[in-house]
Amino acid sequence: MSVGIVMLCHTALDRAAEVARHWATRGCPVVIHVDKRVKRRPFDGLVRSLADLPNIRFSGRHACEWGTWGIVAATQEASTILLRDFPNVRHVYLASGSCLPLRPVDEMVAYLNERPRTDFIESVTTEDVGWTIGGLDVERFTLRFPFSWRKRRRLFDGYVKLQRRFGFRRRIPAGIIPHLGSQWWCLTRQTLSAILENPDRAEIDRYFRRVWIPDESYFQTMVRQVSANVESRSLTLSKFDFQGKPHIFYDDHLQLLRRSDCFVARKIWPHAGKLYKAFLSDDAGGQAAAEPNPGKIDRLFAKAVERRTKGRPGLYMQSRHPNENWENGRTAAPFSVFEGFSDVFENFETWLSKASGTRVHGHIFAPDRVHFAGGERVYNGSMSDSAAMRDYNPMSFLTNLIWNTRGERQCFQHGPNDNQALNWFMAGDPNAQISVISGAWAIPLFHSNANFSDIRKDAARLQKIEADFLHALRLPWVKARVRIWTLAEFIENPMEPLQTIVDEISPRSMRRLTEAPRLADLAGFGQFLQNLRNQGMQPVLMGDFPTGDGVKPNSSRRGRPYLVK
Amino acid sequence: MSVFSRYILRLARKRWRIRAFRKRRDLASVVDRTSLIRPEGILLFSTLRNEKIRLPYFLEYYRDLGVNHFLIVDNDSTDGSREYLEMQPDVSLWTTAHSYKRARFGVDWLNYLQMKYAHGHWALVVDPDEFFVYPFCDTRPLRALTDWLDASSIKSFSAMLLDMYPKGPFDIQPYHEGQDPFEIAPYFDSGNYTISRNQRYGNLWIQGGPRARMFFDDLPERAPALNKIPLVKWDREYAYVSSTHMLLPRGLNLVYDEWGGEKASGCLLHAKFLDTFAVKAEEEMERRQHYANSHEYRAYRAAVSTQPDLWCKWSEKYINWRQLEILGLMSKGNWA
Repeated sequence: MSVGIVMLCHTALDRAAEVARHWATRGCPVVIHVDKRVKRRPFDGLVRSLADLPNIRFSGRHACEWGTWGIVAATQEASTILLRDFPNVRHVYLASGSCLPLRPVDEMVAYLNERPRTDFIESVTTEDVGWTIGGLDVERFTLRFPFSWRKRRRLFDGYVKLQRRFGFRRRIPAGIIPHLGSQWWCLTRQTLSAILENPDRAEIDRYFRRVWIPDESYFQTMVRQVSANVESRSLTLSKFDFQGKPHIFYDDHLQLLRRSDCFVARKIWPHAGKLYKAFLSDDAGGQAAAEPNPGKIDRLFAKAVERRTKGRPGLYMQSRHPNENWENGRTAAPFSVFEGFSDVFENFETWLSKASGTRVHGHIFAPDRVHFAGGERVYNGSMSDSAAMRDYNPMSFLTNLIWNTRGERQCFQHGPNDNQALNWFMAGDPNAQISVISGAWAIPLFHSNANFSDIRKDAARLQKIEADFLHALRLPWVKARVRIWTLAEFIENPMEPLQTIVDEISPRSMRRLTEAPRLADLAGFGQFLQNLRNQGMQPVLMGDFPTGDGVKPNSSRRGRPYLVK
Repeated sequence: MSVFSRYILRLARKRWRIRAFRKRRDLASVVDRTSLIRPEGILLFSTLRNEKIRLPYFLEYYRDLGVNHFLIVDNDSTDGSREYLEMQPDVSLWTTAHSYKRARFGVDWLNYLQMKYAHGHWALVVDPDEFFVYPFCDTRPLRALTDWLDASSIKSFSAMLLDMYPKGPFDIQPYHEGQDPFEIAPYFDSGNYTISRNQRYGNLWIQGGPRARMFFDDLPERAPALNKIPLVKWDREYAYVSSTHMLLPRGLNLVYDEWGGEKASGCLLHAKFLDTFAVKAEEEMERRQHYANSHEYRAYRAAVSTQPDLWCKWSEKYINWRQLEILGLMSKGNWA
C-alpha cells in the first residue's frame, strides 16, 4: 500500500516540482493543484517539467484566496482524482508546495502502514478555546463573510461587528459539530472517500462555502462524523507566530529539522537551497521508527513569539520603546536607592559594598557629575559621568545603568540636592528598593561652615524637596519597596534597619552584620535644629530630635564600633 | 493625532516630493543600467563624495548580502570614485556638482531616484561608511529578510547607527582599499544611548555612543541622531524627511513596539573613524556643507587636533550580530 500526496501550490513552482518529483520517484503518486491566479506560462512550465513522471496528475484549478472556499474545493477535487486514479493508495497526505519531506519516504510509508486505520488530523472542538491565534473561532461558523479580508479589511471587520451587535446568526446544519485544526492532514482512503461521497455533501458544501477559513474546519469537522480512529495531530511540522502566519524555515534550521524526526515540515523558504539539497537526497540514514518530536523547534518559536510580545524587561532600544506602564518591568533588575544614609554614616558606601557584596555608587544624580562606584569616569556600557548628558535624559540614564549591569545589583545614594526627575519613575518600579532616612540632609549643613542665614535657606529648600519625594513614595500606586525612617527614629537603633536592608539585598548571605558603619558626629545637632526653629524655619522631617546633648547615640564612641550580639 | 495635523504632514510629504522632483535637474546621468533592475530586485541608494578608498569593500559587502543593483549619486568626486563606479556592472551612476546642503544633504536627490526607480522594490539607503547588519545576516541573505518582512506585512525596517572606532588615535593604522574597516575599528559603545520619541513624526530619536561621550558631553542635545530606517519597501508616495532618520507617511516610522514587545531590527555599523577621518573633517569644514552649520564637524575638528581616543575600558569588541542582540542594540523580534 502506498501514500498519495495532494499538493497545493501557488508560488515557487520550481521548488514544488522538485518536491513532487521526490515523492513521485519514490512510489508516491502526486496530484498537484496550482492556484488559478498563477499565470499560464509558469504553470505550463511546471507541467512540462514533470511530464516524464507517470504518477503525477494535475487537477482543475481554483482561485485560492486565503480564508475562502477555493482551497477546500481544490483539495476535494485533487483528492477525488487521487483516489480514482491510484487504487493502490491507502493514506492521502495533504501538503503544500512549500512543504519539505524531512525523512526518507520509505520511513513515512512504513509508519503509515503500521497504522492503517488511523487518520492524522488535528481536530479541536471550538468549545475548547485556544486553538486559533487571535480573531474568530466559533464565529467562523456562525457569521457571514461576504467581504475580502485581504482587500477590504475595514468592511470585513465592520460587517463582523455589525453582525455581533445585532446578533445575526447562521444556523449550523444539524449533525455538524464545529471542529478546527491545522489544514495539513493525512487521511485514510476510507475516511476521505466517506467525506467526499457523503450523500449530503452538496448541502454541507453549501454551508461551508460561507464559513471563514474553511480549510481549517471542513475536513476537521467532517472527519468526526465518519472516522472511528482520529489521531488529533498533524504529521506536518508547521508553527504559527503570534499573528497566525506560519514560521519559515531557513538553511540554518537544518540540524534542528533533522533532529525533529518529523515527516514533513512547512513552510520552507524557497531559496533555502541547503535544506532542499539535504532533504531531497537519498542518504537514508534515519533512525528507524522514531516518533516525531518537534519539542526543540516548538521552544525556539515559542521564544520568538515571547520576544515579540513581551520583550526583554527593562530594555529600551530602537525597536522596543514601551508606553508607560506597558514596560513589562521598568528596569532590568532590582536595585537599591538610599537617601540620607551617606549623611548619617561617614563610610556608608564602602561599608555597604562590603556587607552586601554589591556595587555601591555615590550620588549618581548629583549636580556636578555622576558619582559612579570607585570614582570611575566611564562605566559599564561606556556610560559617561557627565551630568549634562545624564540630565538630558535621566530615564535613559537609569535604565541603561541597570540594563548594562544586569547580573550585578546596583545600589546608589540619592538626596534632595540631586536631580529629582526620576522620583516618580523609581517609585512606580517594583525593582526599586528605596530606603529613606528623612531629614538626614541637615547633617552636612550642620557640619558645614556656612553662614547661618544661608544654612537656613538651604534647609528650607531641601526640606521641601524631600517632602515632595516622601509624598510620592506614599501614594497608593507606588510599586517600589519603600522604607522610611525619620532621623531620630533611625539614630535610636540603626542596626536593625541596616540588617533588614542588607538581608533583602543579598538574601543568601544569611549572616549577621558584625561591623557597623561609622556614625557621623551628632554632638550639638539637637541644638542646631533648635536654632533653625528659632530662626523661623521649622525642621519637621527629622522626627523628634531632642534638644541639647540629651541623646548622644553612639556618637561618644568614635572609631570602629562593633556590634555584640 | 488630529485630522488637521495629519493633513499638515500630508502637505509636508507632498512638498518634499515636489522638491525632490525639482532637484532632478541637479543630476546628470553618468551611466544608466536601470534597465537591468528586475521586478523583485533589492536596490541600494547612496550619495557620496571622494570615497574611492572605501568603495571596493562597500560594493563587495552589499553584493554578498544580495543587493541586486546600486543607484549612486556622486557629488563631484575628484579622487576617481566616479570612474571606478562607472565600470561596475551593477551600478547606475549620476553625478552632480550642485550643493549637497541645498539638496538637504542628498535626501532630495535620493528621494527623486527612489521615486523613479524604487517603486515596489525593497530599497536600502546607506552611506559608503555604513554597513547593514540584521538578524541572521551570517546565514541568511538579505532576500530572506525582505521576504519575511513582506510575509509579515512590515514595510520598514530600523537599523540604528552604531559608531565603530579603533583603540588609540584614528590614524594608528591606515586603511587600505578593499579592507574590512572593522579589522581596524572593531570597538563600539554598548549601552549609553538615550531615546526619546518625536511626537510629530512618531519616530524615536536616539543619541549617544562615542561621539556624544567624547565630543558632546557638555551639549548632549547637539549630539548626532543615530536612529535610522534604511530599509523600506518603497512606494513612490513615500519620502525621507531628514537623512534616513524619518519618513513620511509617519506610519513607516513606527518601527518599534509600544506595548512591551520587541520588533525585529538591525544595526548600521558606522566605519567613520578611520585614518581618513581627519582629512574628511577638514575638507567638510571647508565646504560647510553639513548639517546644522557643520556643528558636528566643528566639534570633531576641535577634538581631533588633540588626537582623541574613543576607546575606553568598557568598549565592546564586535563579534557578530548575536552579540548586538544580546546587548540589546538590535532584536530578532519574532523572526526565528
